[in-house]
Amino acid sequence: MRTRQFLKPRTVGRDVDRLVDALPKHNIGTQGYDPWGLNPDTAKITFTAVRWLYQNYFRVQAQGLEHIPGQGRLLIVGNHSGQLPMDGVMVSFAVANKSENARLPRSMIERWFPSVPFLGNWMNSVGGVIGDPKNCAKMLDREEAIVVFPEGIRGSGKPYRLRYQLQRFGHGFMHLAMEHNTPIVPVGVVGCEETMPSLVNVKPLARMLGMPYFPLAPLVPLPARVFLNFGKPMHFANDARNERDVEWRVEEVKDAIRDLIDAGIAQRKSIF
Amino acid sequence: MSQSNEPRPEAESEQQDSGAEQAASRKSAPRRKTPARRQTDSAPTKTKQAASGIGSGTRGKVLVTGAAGALAQHVIALLKENYDVVGVEFRGLQADYPDTVDYVVDFNQWPFEDVFREHGFMGIIHLGRIRFTQSTRNRRYSANVVGTARLLRLALKYGVEKVVALSTFHVYGADARNPSLIDEEYPMRAANLMPEVVDAVELENLFNIHLYKNPELNITILRPCNIAGPGINNEISRMLAQPVVPCLFGFSPLMQFIHVEDMAEAVMRSFERNHPGVYNVAPDDYVAYQDALQLAGCRRLFLPSVPPALARRSVRALGRYAPPDYLIDFFKYAVIIDGGLFARTFDFTPQHSLANLLGHYRAHK
Repeated sequence: MRTRQFLKPRTVGRDVDRLVDALPKHNIGTQGYDPWGLNPDTAKITFTAVRWLYQNYFRVQAQGLEHIPGQGRLLIVGNHSGQLPMDGVMVSFAVANKSENARLPRSMIERWFPSVPFLGNWMNSVGGVIGDPKNCAKMLDREEAIVVFPEGIRGSGKPYRLRYQLQRFGHGFMHLAMEHNTPIVPVGVVGCEETMPSLVNVKPLARMLGMPYFPLAPLVPLPARVFLNFGKPMHFANDARNERDVEWRVEEVKDAIRDLIDAGIAQRKSIF
Repeated sequence: MSQSNEPRPEAESEQQDSGAEQAASRKSAPRRKTPARRQTDSAPTKTKQAASGIGSGTRGKVLVTGAAGALAQHVIALLKENYDVVGVEFRGLQADYPDTVDYVVDFNQWPFEDVFREHGFMGIIHLGRIRFTQSTRNRRYSANVVGTARLLRLALKYGVEKVVALSTFHVYGADARNPSLIDEEYPMRAANLMPEVVDAVELENLFNIHLYKNPELNITILRPCNIAGPGINNEISRMLAQPVVPCLFGFSPLMQFIHVEDMAEAVMRSFERNHPGVYNVAPDDYVAYQDALQLAGCRRLFLPSVPPALARRSVRALGRYAPPDYLIDFFKYAVIIDGGLFARTFDFTPQHSLANLLGHYRAHK
C-alpha cells in the first residue's frame, strides 16, 4: 500500500489516470480490490509502463477492436507465444485503451505464477487470474471479459522453430462459452514470437526450479513489432452431443485464429 | 443465564439438589469434569418447550458450546432475547470463564450426557472447537471430532431439532492453484495440503454425514472467513493486535474478514431461519494481507519466502508471534470464499466495514 502510495503520484500521468478511472469496475470493494486481486492503483502504475511498451517499444497495431463490446460477458481467445505473457498484456491494454467502449479484460495466467514472490500478487493486481475453469465461470457470471490462451504453456513455451504453429487447444474455454452463453472473439497475435525467441527448453533446469519451462532465450524481450487482429464474435449454442462436437467447434476457433495470424503476418513489413 | 418467565418450584428444588451434587462432585472430580461453575439461580426446565419450532418466538432451550469464546458471548447475548441458554465449555482454565459458561465438561466424558438429561434442548449451537494453535493434533482430534460425534449422538437421542455448527474456511486449504470465490461445493483440500488441520475437515465430514442421514437435526454448517474484532483470540486477530507482524517477502494474499458481531448475527439467522446445509460466510469485500496490517497499525517484519523450508523455519523461530508453520500458506496464497449463497438465503449483509474492523486494532495500539 505504501509502495503504491509512493509510486502513483510520481509515475502515473493524467491520461493513464483518466483511462483507468473510466474503465468499468463493477466488483471493486472498499479497499480497492476485487475478488481476484485487481487493484486500480497498481493497474495505473503498471499501465504507465505498459503504455510505453505498447506505443514505443512493440509499436502495437491493433485492428478489429470494434468487435469487442463495451459490456457483457466475453471470451477473447488467441494464440500464445513469447515465453513471457507479453501477448496477454498487449491484448488487455489494447482493449482497455480503446477510444470507445473500453473495458479491462482479465487474463488467464499459469497456475505457477502465484507461487513466485511479487510476480503473483502483481499479476493479480493488474487483472491476471489463475487459469481455472471455476474462476472463469465466476467471472463470466459477473459479466467480465476474459483473455484466454487455450494452448497454455504448450504455446508460450514452444521453441522459435514452431513459431505461428498452433499447438493443441484445451477444450475448457469452449465448454465455458457454451455453458455460460458467452461469445468468443478470436485474436491473432503476430510479433510476440519474435520478442523472445527460444532455441530450446532446458527441461532439467525447469524441473529443478519448479518452473513450467526454462527457455534458452534473450534475457529481455526484443523490440519486435506486434500486430493484433481481432475477429468477429463467434457464438456456440450449448447443444454439443459429445466431446467430438466440442472438438469440431474448437477447430472452428483455431481456423479463425489461423486466418487472423495470416492477416497479421501479411500486414507486417519488417520484424523489428 | 437461563431464564424463565414462569415459576417452577419443583424444577427449582431439583436444580438446587443438582447444584449441591455439582458442588460435591466439583470437589472430587477432575477440573474438566466439573459441572456448573455458575450456581444456577434460575430454574432449568425438564420439559421440552421448544416443540413449537425455531424462530417462532416461543422460548426453548439452546445449548451453546464453546461458551467462553468471544463469538459465543455475542451469540448468547442475542439468543437470550428469545431463548433459555445453557453454555458449555471444555477449553482453558475454569477461573478464566465468563458468566456465559454454565458447565465445564468434556464432550467425551459420561457427565456430558447429564447436561442433555437435565435440560430439554431444542437446539444446539456448536461453536466450541480447539483451535489449531491451542493443543496437540491428537488432543484436537479427540475433542473436535470424537467429542462432536458424541454431541451429535446425544442430539439425536434427546430429540434436538436444530444444530448450527461453526466450521472454518481453512478446510479449503491454501494453495497457489485455488480459484477465487470458492463456493461450498469446492473440495476440502486442507486434508491433503496440510494434514495438521485434518480435524477441521473431519469435523465437517461428520456434520455432513448427519446432515443427510439425520435430516431431523436440521444441521447448518457455517464456514466463515477470518473472524476478527473485540475479544477474538484466533491466529489472525492475535497478529493484528501485535505491534510487529511477520509477513512473507513478496507475498500479500487477498483476505476476507468478518466482524465478530456480524458473525454472531449470521449464527443467529442460521439458527432461527431453518435452511439446513453448508454455507460460506464472508463479506463481498477484500483486502491484501499487508494492506490489512498497515490499516491495523502494524509494522511489518519481512521473512524470507523462498525456499519454503527457510520460510517455515523463520516462522517457527518467531514462536507465538507468528502463525503455526503449517498455516503459513494461508499467508502466501489467497483463499477467497463466496458468501453469496448465505447472503441470499438468510438475507444477510455485514454491518461492519473492513476499515471499521481493522481500525479497532489500530485504535488499541
